[in-house]
Amino acid sequence: MDLLNALVAVLNYIIVPATAYGAQLALGALGVTLIYGILRFSNFAHGDTMAFGTALTILVTWGLQGMGISAGPLPTALLALPFGIALTAAFMLATDRVVYRYYRRVRAAPVVLTMVSAGVMFVMNGLTRVLIGVDEIRFADGARFVISPQEFKAWTGLAEPLALRSTQVITVVTAALVVVWLFWFLAKTRTGKSMRAFSDNEDLALLSGIDPNRVVAVTWILAAALTTIAGTLYGLDKTFKAFNYFQLLLPIFAAAVVGGLGSPIGAIAGGFVIAYSEVAVTYAWKKVATYIVPGWEADSLMQLLSTEYKFAVSFTILIIVLLFKPTGLFKGKSV
Amino acid sequence: MSFLDASDMTGGYGAADILHGCTLKVEKGQIAVIVGPNGAGKSTAMKAVFGMLKLRGGSVKLDGEDITTLSPQDRVKKGMGFVPQVNNVFPTMSVEENLEMGAFIRHDDFHETMEQVYDLFPILREKRYQNAGELSGGQRQQVAVGRALMTKPKLLMLDEPTAGVSPIVMDELFDRIIEVARTGISILMVEQNARQALEIADMGYVLVQGANKYTDTGAALMADPDVRRTFLGG
Amino acid sequence: MSTHQPKAARGGALRAPLFFTIIALLIAIEGMTRGWNGALGILNMGLISAVIALGLNLQWGYAGLFNSGVVGFVALGGLAPVLVAMPPTPGAFAGGGWGILIALCIAVATVVAAVWLNHNLKGKARAVAIIVTLIAGFFLYRAVFDPAVAVIEKINPSAQGNLGGLGLPTLIAWPVGAVLAAGAAWVVGKTALGLRSDYLAIATLGIGEIIVAVLRNEEWLARGVLNVNGIPRPWPVPYEIDLQANADFIARAAGMGLDPVTASTITVKLLWTALFALVLIGLLLLAQLALKSPWGRMMRAIRDNEIAAAAMGKNVTRRHLQIFVLGAAVMGLGGAMMISLDGQMTPSGYNPLRYTFLIWVMVIVGGSGNNWGSVLGGLLIWYLWIKAEVWGPTLMGLITAHLSDGAVKQHLVDSAAHMRLIVMGLVLLLVLRFSPRGLLPER
Ligand SMILES: Nc1ncnc2c1ncn2[C@@H]1O[C@H](COP(=O)(O)OP(=O)(O)OP(=O)(O)O)[C@@H](O)[C@H]1O
Ligand SMILES: [Mg+2]
Repeated sequence: MDLLNALVAVLNYIIVPATAYGAQLALGALGVTLIYGILRFSNFAHGDTMAFGTALTILVTWGLQGMGISAGPLPTALLALPFGIALTAAFMLATDRVVYRYYRRVRAAPVVLTMVSAGVMFVMNGLTRVLIGVDEIRFADGARFVISPQEFKAWTGLAEPLALRSTQVITVVTAALVVVWLFWFLAKTRTGKSMRAFSDNEDLALLSGIDPNRVVAVTWILAAALTTIAGTLYGLDKTFKAFNYFQLLLPIFAAAVVGGLGSPIGAIAGGFVIAYSEVAVTYAWKKVATYIVPGWEADSLMQLLSTEYKFAVSFTILIIVLLFKPTGLFKGKSV
Repeated sequence: MSFLDASDMTGGYGAADILHGCTLKVEKGQIAVIVGPNGAGKSTAMKAVFGMLKLRGGSVKLDGEDITTLSPQDRVKKGMGFVPQVNNVFPTMSVEENLEMGAFIRHDDFHETMEQVYDLFPILREKRYQNAGELSGGQRQQVAVGRALMTKPKLLMLDEPTAGVSPIVMDELFDRIIEVARTGISILMVEQNARQALEIADMGYVLVQGANKYTDTGAALMADPDVRRTFLGG
Repeated sequence: MSTHQPKAARGGALRAPLFFTIIALLIAIEGMTRGWNGALGILNMGLISAVIALGLNLQWGYAGLFNSGVVGFVALGGLAPVLVAMPPTPGAFAGGGWGILIALCIAVATVVAAVWLNHNLKGKARAVAIIVTLIAGFFLYRAVFDPAVAVIEKINPSAQGNLGGLGLPTLIAWPVGAVLAAGAAWVVGKTALGLRSDYLAIATLGIGEIIVAVLRNEEWLARGVLNVNGIPRPWPVPYEIDLQANADFIARAAGMGLDPVTASTITVKLLWTALFALVLIGLLLLAQLALKSPWGRMMRAIRDNEIAAAAMGKNVTRRHLQIFVLGAAVMGLGGAMMISLDGQMTPSGYNPLRYTFLIWVMVIVGGSGNNWGSVLGGLLIWYLWIKAEVWGPTLMGLITAHLSDGAVKQHLVDSAAHMRLIVMGLVLLLVLRFSPRGLLPER
């Protein structure tokens, strides 16, 4: 019984939340890795693009709610998502047109593009604040739980609750659908293949008649979709606060590098590696320990790091990978 | 009127010219070979013919049409195919996907062409689902040539197709190239193995410092004592 | 940077004096229209910004290193005044200080051991040995560290609860701040330099966040979000109260027709200005000397062509480490100066937009690679940053004047303060695009 309780505790406090968080990071890292693979720079504006896309989605959500439209048990934000994606994509394409395109033409060094993305980050950060302010916003509606903790306790008679929030289920399902679609797109469609070819060998892609502008445009649209979806799912799961999204940049980059920059599979693996480590390291294991070793009263929380240091976890993993396997788990681009 | 007529090409990558009035011509269905010392500008001349380099002087004509100002992509559409000296495959894509990318500009069914490529290079059929980056050097060159053939070009340009392959594979590649030429495709090729290349060449160009030093039929160049002494090692 | 340069800078030798005159005029106008207290306030923070920008210019302008964790090095420098200049908390060091020191030694020893194992073992044994060492070291560290921290945080928690400082003069804290930042930079540089350039950017982003998180959470160190107040001012800056109590001073102020309060605030501000200007000039001299020395020439040679420099037998990674550490030290110095000026440590104020990316704007706008440019950028961008906060709402007020009152108008007026972020982003983008070499291009 105690062992079962320990298992439920691990499930409730680690596996479930970390899976949802991992899915969000994976989507974010996919965007980073896609931009890196095709446009060849680390996009510092990624976190703020997530915030921007989410802010737009929230605004549309409010609009829909105002018109009395809802998605029943699902959050209204899911209905707003396509609009959020479309608006974000339009913004990204416009940004590419007025900002990034010039640097591609003069074949600027990647570090210059990274710098440029910091400028874009500033602008998007400001725009997000103007759009929606700096406060914390909850915008999840619909059913709250798939498995509610009280019901679970009543059903099973266990001391430990298990909560499965609907936003967590939605996150994982949506992320899975998106990833499957993306892999199908990259592996099977003509456009997807041309993107991989462009990422592999830009010059040869040009010689083969692949239109670089089209590849770049599709990349931005996909990146906009991935960031908006990731940001909205993160906001549904937790809350929306612009600054938190900026801070997500580190775990997202870490996930992309750990998996291997430029490798989509790697981005997903990296996202989960980071998420599970972060949650496991900042979890107070005392309760689980007491279940497993009966009669033992641990005198500390048995928490390796306080939650404020969760960034240290991504950072440490990042450094370890950089030191021992700079190309990442799934061999990304080394240079 | 030659099928390809690139005359008096002058230009380079930056301020300094690499090519100084270089002329290259290929007749329909014939093989023309460019030889010359390292750094002579052979690859540069190929890039110039393919429009990857801005020319300051001279012109490029294909089948009588002036294409000097066309982009490489447009030249592909006009019937030119190019296999660069290095980085000539998509390493993380399968052999088959490499061939598909070769046919990117085609909107008709290219499976017949793909079969022809597989017939020409049977090993590629065997390895069709393997990533090109995981192939041996010789196999990779075959992928590269196959990729360029996918557009059904009328002029195929090869920059050192036999670089880094063993003598046996080299002979086989040359045989394949002759086979391709027999189907009516003109071939312009840079070769480091001057002797073997001139043997199969209808026309030979010896390039030195970006200019034509000797131009003659392959056989005549082979017979020329000067060329033999300086470029063919006696 | 040796990138594109659509338009070469014009104006030659007169450019720098011209721009610095403009800055002086802007400050003077501010002083005459809105009071000298505010104007000098802007100038003082501008000088500190210039110091930090100089540090970043060393890294980016001289060596092309992308440091996105400036905020961390500035914050770490800011820790120094707390640790050096604050009075010690009675009983804290005896209670937990040694424990913490020992714990930190354990941490260092663990890392050293892991590095040693990494060099001297091979294969699976290496990985296992390193992991075991790190885990054992971590638990040992926590076992010593946690009780020590608990003791310290119990001492008078409403006002102290931290280790306190050494009670030394604040000026000593400034070089200490530089050393602290340099130490952190050495650790990051040692791991992330020599890899792809973006990896340094990502790693420094991480270290920046972590340093700020440490300051925010380790209450025994600098009271975390509870803030440390009353950090003593450095010599020769007096307190306004003391001046106002000084009969001599009051008399002299009266002689100039000033009331004692105004006179004292202005005097204090001017003394700060003098002190900061002195530091800045010293740094600028050193940086210029370094730039023109063979060492500086080599740095730029490496920046412009890393491969060629490596082929010539230069140890690129080592040189990069040197300059990365030096640059971070200057940032730490700036951070220490800033905390001395503020008189308090508020860790939650360390926002990366303000302390990393705004510094970037300063360096790029000023002209990367040019030390004078960084100083100019620091002063100018700081001025704009402060004024944009005022201008934004004013402008928005004008724009929305004809709108009827309502939610939209209110929202627009409220959001005007955020406009300065957009403005800074646009300034950065415009300069990168149309004048990538900045206002004062590197020669
Ligand atoms: N991308 C480039 N940018 C600038 N200069 C180049 C570039 N590629 C080649 N060069 C220069 O142009 C000259 C001719 O080079 P090219 O590659 O055409 O020689 P090559 O005859 O093909 O030599 P090899 O037999 O070694 O392939 C050389 O001096 C080389 O340094
Ligand atoms: Mg060549």
